[in-house]
Amino acid sequence: MRKSKLSEYKMIQHLERCKGCGFCISQCPSDALYLSESVNSKGYPVAKIDEGKCTKCAICYTVCPDYVFERVKGA
Amino acid sequence: MVEKRIPQLLVEDNKFCPGCGHGNINRVVAEVLEEMGLADTTVGSLAVGCACLMMDTFGVDWIQAPHGRAAAVGVGVKRVRPECCVFTYQGDGDSLAIGLSETLYAAIRNENITAIIVNNGIFGMTGGQMAPTTLSGQRTTTSPKGRDVSITGQPLNIVNQCRQLPIGYLARGSVASAKDINKLKKYIRAAFETQMSGGGYSLVEVLSPCPTNWKMSLEKSLEHIENDVKPIYPLGEFIKKGEKTDA
Repeated sequence: MRKSKLSEYKMIQHLERCKGCGFCISQCPSDALYLSESVNSKGYPVAKIDEGKCTKCAICYTVCPDYVFERVKGA
Repeated sequence: MVEKRIPQLLVEDNKFCPGCGHGNINRVVAEVLEEMGLADTTVGSLAVGCACLMMDTFGVDWIQAPHGRAAAVGVGVKRVRPECCVFTYQGDGDSLAIGLSETLYAAIRNENITAIIVNNGIFGMTGGQMAPTTLSGQRTTTSPKGRDVSITGQPLNIVNQCRQLPIGYLARGSVASAKDINKLKKYIRAAFETQMSGGGYSLVEVLSPCPTNWKMSLEKSLEHIENDVKPIYPLGEFIKKGEKTDA
């Protein structure tokens, strides 16, 4: 079976779920996450991905308590 | 590389406070149940506290027990529906203060259910009061000068209590880092596998942050778990397939 390439995946974010706790920011090995100044409808500042730094390791998926991140196929 | 998709069992956004560890544990349990093909045959037993918020957002069948009695009710469900996967999901105040008797006697009888106990060291939903698991010297709303163990006794270590019993599986995990969460998933999978193979009682205690009631940032909460909680409540697998480990 052919191995999937990194470029075949993308990270998506459900920012309406974010509560701005910062767990993802503290655990990201690439410093690719930052707390943005934008606020979601719940009133929380949301964590956003710096696409230039992100390696799609999906540790943010593992640590996020609020199901904000997913790694899915599709460039 | 594989896709990482939010489990379908998580039917709604969770309702926990920012930084609460329940969300991580909910997701890990959902992943394990889906991967094991148990999503449609699982019954969860809840009692009281923040754990009960899960009932609205986690798509298995639920039954709510009186305060603390999730283990007793879960055992009843398992006895009449042995083909179902039955688990209890409780906080430490719920399972180890109000419901300690039911929790321990389910273990003593080696009932074939899985217990997940979330240890954040306080009663969360009612405002951060001292729980049996509160650390010595820890400040809570009912121990504002810090827990005095000469009056209240030592913190209750449920793993040490259950380690002496002839149960199927016993582990303690944490959600304080990505590494801990990956290990926790392994423990929770082993616990459900123990039950589904008829291996007897399985218990996984999970160290979890409560930034709201600890009155700390999440960063400080995670440091607190690493530096103060883990030395008192060490992680690991303590019983596997009915045999004590060296942990």
